[in-house]
Amino acid sequence: MMRWLRPVIITLGLMLLWQLIVWLTDAPHFILPGPLRVLETLIAQFPLLMKHAGITLAEILLGLLLGTLLGLISALSLVTWGGLRRWLMPVLVVSQAIPVFALAPVLMLWLGYGMASKVAMATLIIYFPVTAACFDGLRQTPTGYLQLARTLGANRRAQLLQIRLPAALPAFGSGLRVAASVAPIGAVVGEWVGSSTGLGYLMLNANARMQVDLMFAALMVLAVMALALYFSVNLIARRLTPWLQESTSSTTRGDSQ
Amino acid sequence: MEIRIEQASLHWQQHCVFTDLNLTLPAGQWTSILGQSGVGKSSLLQLLCGIADDADIRGRIQCSDGLPLEGRVAWMAQQDLLLPWLSLRDNVLLAARLTQSRSASTEQRELALYLLQQVGLGERADALPAQLSGGQRQRVALARTLFQDKPLVCMDEPFSALDAINRLKLQDLAAELLADRTVLMITHDPLEALRLSNRILVLQGSPASLSAPLLPAGATPRPVSDPQVLQQQAQLLTLLAETVT
Repeated sequence: MMRWLRPVIITLGLMLLWQLIVWLTDAPHFILPGPLRVLETLIAQFPLLMKHAGITLAEILLGLLLGTLLGLISALSLVTWGGLRRWLMPVLVVSQAIPVFALAPVLMLWLGYGMASKVAMATLIIYFPVTAACFDGLRQTPTGYLQLARTLGANRRAQLLQIRLPAALPAFGSGLRVAASVAPIGAVVGEWVGSSTGLGYLMLNANARMQVDLMFAALMVLAVMALALYFSVNLIARRLTPWLQESTSSTTRGDSQ
Repeated sequence: MEIRIEQASLHWQQHCVFTDLNLTLPAGQWTSILGQSGVGKSSLLQLLCGIADDADIRGRIQCSDGLPLEGRVAWMAQQDLLLPWLSLRDNVLLAARLTQSRSASTEQRELALYLLQQVGLGERADALPAQLSGGQRQRVALARTLFQDKPLVCMDEPFSALDAINRLKLQDLAAELLADRTVLMITHDPLEALRLSNRILVLQGSPASLSAPLLPAGATPRPVSDPQVLQQQAQLLTLLAETVT
């Protein structure tokens, strides 16, 4: 019961705090609109908001898919070919020194004002966390598992597919969770830099026209979307590793090493 | 099949742990090696299993049938090493899953279930390892070792992570299920060696050497209350304590 009630109470509490700030500072509605006013706008402008939200969601999901796939492939290549690791790892680390946001205008220039540049932003921003998490997971297979696999006569391919890959799933899950929480940032920043659709565009546009209530409504939609995305990814990650839930609830956790 | 290790030597950080070591594992007998930690007994076992990559160990291995030993050893470690994402049945079937491209045959699945029944876990074939206690998990590891059905079974302190009662139960079970097989067991527990083995060797000293084999009489598993077992346990403990200075 409390499990379902708690998010509702937290939401209501935050709304109340928001309203209190509005009352205390006596801010005009074009500086800080109250939650009720924003809700009104949300309902009145619902079709417009949904149209833009759909675009942003598509960008986020495509970025998530591409970034995860690229990250997974990179991590697999890094563990499979030791020589590649020595050359590629420094490049990856250096690439992280360049802020992805700084690349946004260039991506606009190369890929245009459409969805492609935003998908590229989201992909780039999640690529490194996913690669790092998968790579660590694949490297840190308990040596006992691998020794056992060798005495059982497994070749390198079977070891990778049946031992190292499943053993890396928990790490992959955490990479995916990080990706789900940063991918929306990439997409929205991409929209801020230059676009004619999407929630980021709508927010910037509403702000410029002093429609602060619409800006907040878009922000709310974005927040709900990001939360929904995080929890779905979390659910998928847990489905991928059913043994983790059981071992944490069990007192006889005998996981070796 | 009799297995001989000749002129084995182990070096660790430029320090000679043992050299010129010879060991014979007679066919169908249970041989145990007792020794303190750091004396190289695990490395010796890993040499037989072909997984001694960290250790600088060398030695010639000869089988009485003249064929190489590679791929004919089943290994059971101190940790159960059950894969947490596989059911008990699939863990037992691991050798089949890892080496054949198609899925396990009906006979193999039946054999896995039969072996799980033998270790008393037949009803839990579809459970995940995390739902089991430490003793139960080691039973599954024993079933997995039996499923491999190899001419040599190497056990590296297989029951040392268990509590006293579970250890005794598992020793009984292992003695029953591994009867008439060629087994090499590494242990630091004299009682365990005395209950299960046909031959007991002590590896000690610096550089370490193997003692003359002790050949306990009577059928295994020997009861813990057997006066001869108790007497020899005291004897072995004294022998082992000598080297600790």
